[in-house]
Amino acid sequence: MAKKISQIPFKGTPEQEAELTSIIDSYSADRNALMPILQEAQDIYGYLPIEVQTIIARRMGIPLEEVYGIVTFYTQFSLEPKGEYNIMVCLGTACYVRGAGDILERMKERLGIEPGGCTLDGKFSLEACRCIGACGLAPVLMVNEEVYGRLTVDDVDRIVAKYE
Amino acid sequence: MYRSHVLVCGGTGCTSSGSKAVIKRLEAEILAHGLSDEIQVVQTGCFGLCEMGPIMIVYPDASCYSKVKEEDIPEIVAEHLLKGRPVERLLYVETVDGGGIRSLNETNFYKKQCRVALRNCGVINPEVIDEYIAYDGYMALGKVLNEMTPDGVIQCVTDSGLRGRGGAGFPTGLKWGFAKKNDADQKYVCCNADEGDPGAFMDRSVLEGDPHAVLEAMAIAGYAIGATQGYIYIRAEYPIAVKRLKIAIGQAREYGLLGNNILGTDFCFDLDLRLGAGAFVCGEETALMASIEGKRGEPRPRPPFPAEKGLLGKPTILNNVETYANIPQIILKGSDWFASMGTERSKGTKVFALGGKINNTGLVEVPMGTTLREIIEEIGGGIPNGKKFKAAQTGGPSGGCIPTEHIDTQIDYDNLVAIGSMMGSGGMIIMDEDNCMVDIAKFFLDFTVDESCGKCVPCRIGTKRMYEMLEKITSGRGELEDLDKLEKLCYHIQKNALCALGQTAPNPVLSTMRYFHDEYVAHVVDKRCPAGVCKALMSYFIGDLCIGCTACAKACPVDAISGAVKGKHKIDQTKCIKCGACMKACRFNAVTKG
Repeated sequence: MAKKISQIPFKGTPEQEAELTSIIDSYSADRNALMPILQEAQDIYGYLPIEVQTIIARRMGIPLEEVYGIVTFYTQFSLEPKGEYNIMVCLGTACYVRGAGDILERMKERLGIEPGGCTLDGKFSLEACRCIGACGLAPVLMVNEEVYGRLTVDDVDRIVAKYE
Repeated sequence: MYRSHVLVCGGTGCTSSGSKAVIKRLEAEILAHGLSDEIQVVQTGCFGLCEMGPIMIVYPDASCYSKVKEEDIPEIVAEHLLKGRPVERLLYVETVDGGGIRSLNETNFYKKQCRVALRNCGVINPEVIDEYIAYDGYMALGKVLNEMTPDGVIQCVTDSGLRGRGGAGFPTGLKWGFAKKNDADQKYVCCNADEGDPGAFMDRSVLEGDPHAVLEAMAIAGYAIGATQGYIYIRAEYPIAVKRLKIAIGQAREYGLLGNNILGTDFCFDLDLRLGAGAFVCGEETALMASIEGKRGEPRPRPPFPAEKGLLGKPTILNNVETYANIPQIILKGSDWFASMGTERSKGTKVFALGGKINNTGLVEVPMGTTLREIIEEIGGGIPNGKKFKAAQTGGPSGGCIPTEHIDTQIDYDNLVAIGSMMGSGGMIIMDEDNCMVDIAKFFLDFTVDESCGKCVPCRIGTKRMYEMLEKITSGRGELEDLDKLEKLCYHIQKNALCALGQTAPNPVLSTMRYFHDEYVAHVVDKRCPAGVCKALMSYFIGDLCIGCTACAKACPVDAISGAVKGKHKIDQTKCIKCGACMKACRFNAVTKG
């Protein structure tokens, strides 16, 4: 999947940077620990903009392109900030055969954004994800940690309205 | 001593249906009635019956409540727990048998099941090591360390006939034997818990419901091959499983079951978790190891196999969660016991995640050799809404669709391959007549294109071209010769891709072309989608049942429907966007699609 460098200005604080460097040091800047370091960095900033990748690369003494190569390889790492409410519509097989495609279409229409995007007010971001493992309740979607199951297209408006 | 135990499922399925709130309310009500010393609430792993969640079982009488709501709790506590009168209207319907109440084990869903890998799921509290130990936990490790040689362990696993449950079905004992033979200063034991197949959740349920079984098995494997360090590579998308594994590892260390000098012997073994970051290809063994090393999860050519050069260049064994979950039982009960279940070349049981168009969605474990019909009709309770069974998809994006004509096939590794699918990790998605097989093939290709790592050309470019051809067919621009081209390309990718992801990517297309050729032809020649899924090939019509109520015309978002009040309405096909709103609005079944 193509990933771009975010146009949204970076708002990292010195405190966040101090936390990040102490995490890198706790792994003794070990190259093999790059994955857990990136995962913890994403927990701090919410996403991994190029500025954060630069901090990591410098501190660990590895090329920035190597860090960028890893970040863009794994779908969990995001180069764009997430909305206050991140909506993930499951497109796993069990959900798909029970109509998850229509749920995603309606969600796109309702929020006016494509999967991977974020609404202008920063309130909602939308993702299409692969199986959250709640196949018994298919089709499902998640808003942050909250799971909504046994959905019909009509539920979409009701769920979004709850968070507006 | 408690006089009663209330087990509530804390698996992902039931948690999503609200089991946390149920447990909280239950504890509050029990406290309010002063029953805290008499009744214990236990949060367990998955019972398997996810469709009916949240599930709650009251012991000693084993009454099973399904779809429990927070509001039902006061009544259940006051009636059942206080006065001993089960609230019949809230019990799982299948367990209420003409006035009497039967246990869950006698229901159609459970009767044919045989739980080995899932034996503790829904039985013990996975966050308490003592409960696992009470159910013979860590006894196999003790037996191995005190009574068996490493070669003896490998022989026992080999004799049991256990084959890898991750998909390919490689004999586990053989794999361990290779790794043992390769001398090195350091070896590794890895567990593949990167359950990437969409629609499969067996491994997640084992880890959530019985994490110690996997830890114990990995320690046994470490002893067998001579490794002191293990890694569990698990999806970050499984937060409950990750949390329980962390708790389990901490408790095992505390009890001296992981770490140095385990159970007073010379054997040392420890484990660490590595979280995956959402890449399907990391289920491939060489890619998984690259990912643990903090690199891009790209596969490399084999040989050398991981048993020779694996993680950090050292001999490594990698098995999947369900494979490990079988090991302690095999050690304790013997290889003959395990080999007595199953078919000639596939021994033991297999867990399937049953999903899609089926009444009892959930997790089932059956002996190898059970037929698809038994799983669908008896355990699964058939297809909802009186629809007809069309196909069962096994093996996820690497597998294929099994049609009605093969519904009596005995399921094992070799039989599934013979009919063009594969065991895979155990996802089983049931489809009915409303599912379009070309659309399903396209769905899987979309997945593969997205997840291809891009290292080799056949997979990176080939799957993309396949997707484009399917897109052409489902949008009505396909020609007959496209079908031949598509098939040729399939065989080409199968033969030339670097890893299993690419080699098996054509399977969904090949199997649907083999069994549902007419459906492909209908799309290409008649420009028609028989299941009514592909929008470009489908139209809505208003038939003679129309009474002119105007409901459809009001619902239409593009004003494509015209007609006088009390007169038959008509859809302007040039304006229609095929959203289906008219069909939903009509109360007289006058709108049809085709």
